[in-house]
Amino acid sequence: MQSRPLPKPLPFVYPENKPFWDGTKRHELVIQRCKDCGKFYFYPRTACPHCLSENTEWVKTSGKGKVYSFTICVRPGSPAFAGDVPYNVAIIELDEGVRMMSQITDCKNEDIKCDMPVEVVFKDASPEIALPYFRPVA
Amino acid sequence: MGSLTRKAAIVGVAESDIGSTPGKSPMELMAQAAKRALDDAGLKKEDIDGLCWAAFGGSILDVGEYLQIMPKWCDSTQYGGSSFDAHVGHAAAAIAAGLCETVLVVMGTTNVAGRELNVPRGGGGGAGGGERGGAAFSGRVYGLGGPVTNYSMAATRHMHLYGTTSEQLAEIAVATRKWAMLNPKALMRKPITVQDVLNSPMISYPLHLLDCCLITDAGGAVIVTTPERARNLKKKPVWILGFGEHFTHNAITYMPDITVTPAVESGNAAFKMAGLTRKDIDFVQTYDSFTITTLLALEDLGFCKKGEGGAFFANQRTAPGGDFPVNTSGGGLSYTHPGMFGIFLLIEAARQLRGECGERQVEDAKVGIANGMGGLLSSAATVILGRD
Repeated sequence: MQSRPLPKPLPFVYPENKPFWDGTKRHELVIQRCKDCGKFYFYPRTACPHCLSENTEWVKTSGKGKVYSFTICVRPGSPAFAGDVPYNVAIIELDEGVRMMSQITDCKNEDIKCDMPVEVVFKDASPEIALPYFRPVA
Repeated sequence: MGSLTRKAAIVGVAESDIGSTPGKSPMELMAQAAKRALDDAGLKKEDIDGLCWAAFGGSILDVGEYLQIMPKWCDSTQYGGSSFDAHVGHAAAAIAAGLCETVLVVMGTTNVAGRELNVPRGGGGGAGGGERGGAAFSGRVYGLGGPVTNYSMAATRHMHLYGTTSEQLAEIAVATRKWAMLNPKALMRKPITVQDVLNSPMISYPLHLLDCCLITDAGGAVIVTTPERARNLKKKPVWILGFGEHFTHNAITYMPDITVTPAVESGNAAFKMAGLTRKDIDFVQTYDSFTITTLLALEDLGFCKKGEGGAFFANQRTAPGGDFPVNTSGGGLSYTHPGMFGIFLLIEAARQLRGECGERQVEDAKVGIANGMGGLLSSAATVILGRD
């Protein structure tokens, strides 16, 4: 019997990270910046990890960055990804200086290189959630 | 800075049964290892007044109750497989401060037996915890899996920056296997070649199956005590000469530099405390969850420059008969790896310094390093050990 593919895991949305997911839904990649020390940071936190100030703001990023590193998963990280192997997972370093885990899209796995310039694209994962992915910049 | 040099010594070491231990629980393996370490030292359980332990869940209260040890001092620092190496440093500090006299560091996990029974395994899984904070951005939604997918990214960037090759990483697996072939307790004792490593299935690019550690059951125990007591026991003391620890991140995404581990700081601190240089070291026992872990550690401990790790392992230099013995037990790659390997580095280092290692004995070994690396290259704890 052909079983239906397992649903992919979705992020858990909490008060401190909801603006990030509201942003991706609008197809905007937003991160936080501290209004006291001026530094960007990611992942979302109420307090700036540089100076612990809670005087922070959400800022729309350029959506551009580079592949910091990556792997190609030959075995699925969880059963929901069994049909996707081999697939890549990559750490992206945004031009704003922060890093996030994501995936390179619109690119063959064998063409992915460290430090390759990329830009964000969004894909709907559910009616509520859009996930950021990154594609090579031509 | 205070020093712990020769303020405490390792006097008893043992592993439990290792490999596949059907029906066993983590506690049973811990008790077995503890008894064997006490026997090794010539101590009784009643002599223990300090307790250290770590697992991926649970409480040291469980462990104390099970073993009926009610300590004056305890430490359940948990930052991955290096925790036990940290425990030994912490225990030395507690002993030097007079908080306790004799400390049992103990662990046990049943990755194999627990999977069969579908019960808690005591370790080897994810770090757990809630999904708030950084865990909400762990990469789970993109299919990021267990440790290998994370360590692979360190290897990818190291290859990108320094031209490190899969062949060079394979040299590490081959050399470590050669040591395992000389260790009757090691689980994987069939010879392998560089080509075998390269031909083994890719698990997570660029790491192959034989770049990865084993997944086993095992418990381990180490007993640390005062200089006075150490001099009057069955075995010769293995002195703690230097100690350092450091951690920098939880998720590898936020590692300050994915090719530079916290062993830079822990190693420098340990050497400074010991008043020794890299040339004084006769062997290195370092955490080998994956071949890349060993490579990064040797660079970061200062045995070669950053980026030169690949060349360092050429020509089986770290194998038996080479000039730089590394992971003489056969390591996590070939001896045992119960999800957290750090305690087994100490066990092998102590055995080498006592001259108990038979065919794999490093000739005239006087000073060695046990370097734990835990989490996702997150933490490092470096212990420099020596004999009289």
